[in-house]
Amino acid sequence: MSIKGKAYIMGAYEHPTRNAPDKSVAQIHAEAARGALADAGLSKDDVDGYFCAGDAPGIGPLSMADYLGLTKLKHVDSTEIGGSSYIAHVSHAAQAIASGKCSVALVTLGGKPLSAPMPRPVFALAPDASFESGLGVVIANSYGMCAMRHMYEYGTTSEQLAWVKVAASHHAQYNAHAYKRNVVTVEQVLASPIIADPLHRLDCCVITDGGGALIVTSPEVAASLKRPRVKVIGAGESPKGQMGGEVDLTYTGAVRSGPAAFAEAGVRPADIKYASIYDSFTITVVMQLEDLGFCEKGKGGWFVADGNLIAGVGKLPFNTDGGGLCSNHPGNRGGLTKVLEAVRQLRGEAHPAVQVKNCDIALAHGTGGSLGVRHGSATVIMERE
Amino acid sequence: MNAPVAKADAVDPFVAGHPEVKAFWDASAQDRFVLPFCKACSKTHWYPRAICPHCAGTEIEWRPAKGTGSIYTYSVMRHGSPYVIAYVTLDEGPTMMTNIVDCDINKVKVGQRVKVKFQAAQEGRKVPVFTPA
Repeated sequence: MSIKGKAYIMGAYEHPTRNAPDKSVAQIHAEAARGALADAGLSKDDVDGYFCAGDAPGIGPLSMADYLGLTKLKHVDSTEIGGSSYIAHVSHAAQAIASGKCSVALVTLGGKPLSAPMPRPVFALAPDASFESGLGVVIANSYGMCAMRHMYEYGTTSEQLAWVKVAASHHAQYNAHAYKRNVVTVEQVLASPIIADPLHRLDCCVITDGGGALIVTSPEVAASLKRPRVKVIGAGESPKGQMGGEVDLTYTGAVRSGPAAFAEAGVRPADIKYASIYDSFTITVVMQLEDLGFCEKGKGGWFVADGNLIAGVGKLPFNTDGGGLCSNHPGNRGGLTKVLEAVRQLRGEAHPAVQVKNCDIALAHGTGGSLGVRHGSATVIMERE
Repeated sequence: MNAPVAKADAVDPFVAGHPEVKAFWDASAQDRFVLPFCKACSKTHWYPRAICPHCAGTEIEWRPAKGTGSIYTYSVMRHGSPYVIAYVTLDEGPTMMTNIVDCDINKVKVGQRVKVKFQAAQEGRKVPVFTPA
């Protein structure tokens, strides 16, 4: 069974906050849910499927469904694959809808690592913990190790990586809600301090409070609503780890999630008019673009250079909201905002300065967890109807 | 650096929680580096576990390791007090996450030869780290 054409994204909402010291995490989820339901033209009592991930406080869907007052639920899913979770949730919602388990699915995200940072929890019982915790492996140096190996294998340069941030900053200047709206140059990225070799501060995404929500519906519900219809046409997901010690940091799980999504959708990378690509770091974008087939393996650095990702300038407009590098990385989880900007592009509701002309097919892809340690990959392809 | 702990599993939750790899920590407490070798597929894996991640075999033999290898990749964390995180490919095959210590952090290189030493973790167990060979 395929999910192609079986579900539609009919509600999309990004919380405008980037710093929310006076809100609870649950409240951010709820405000995002309200926004997405209002966008779709539905009410909370229409929701019969609920999806959340590790950022949901309490016992996942149990605590949050109760808090949100969702009393009509027939289906819940708390798949947790880090920041890529919400892209997988779109696929899982489409699967649940296609098999008749629900007809209006709500996906929520919320977090406040800016105003209320908490240390990443270490679970002594995680099978890898005794061998890895205590070494000081954190997000930045994990991605740093990927970038270091990519440079060694393929000759990728810091200047090429910097172009990813430059493109994101060109887009962020038009987003009134973006955390960083200043346009930066390659030179400015390279002049920013090194955080974890070879990554500079401006190779890293922002840390923001925030959240967002999506409404995924059956074709019947979609037909009854007034909003433009964004059809889910293909999806794929795959985790990747250390393979028992056969570690290979030169590629991501997108080598499996991407082809699966393209095959289901029946389209090719050349058909994608706009791509939301998870940008926790600049290197993340380069590696995912290669693995999704937008360029040859190892040539990602050359592909992103010279403004090739800038809307109206390059061949592949990406992250036209400014992405995680400039606009928002709510709760340290960027997958949901990746879907949101793709929906805006397909609806023709992106900022006019970055709206892609005739944007009929878009892709959103995410990496969750830690690329250099173990990560999830999720891809979804959507079509304007 | 903490003093070696005679019975690491008595105090270290990262040891106590994983009886399947107790032999590893017992050896490391004596500065001996052993690796899990699967008798079914003849492969050494990392990180250690009771069931081979390559073939799901259950006859795991702890074999003494040479303690030498090459840096597969690394990153110097410069936000705060600098330190080197790395993956080292052991001469026995597997690649493991570790630290590079007792070195000039600005001279660490991919491909560099390194050798093991043991360093006490905060909780007591002695973990394998590497230093330039």
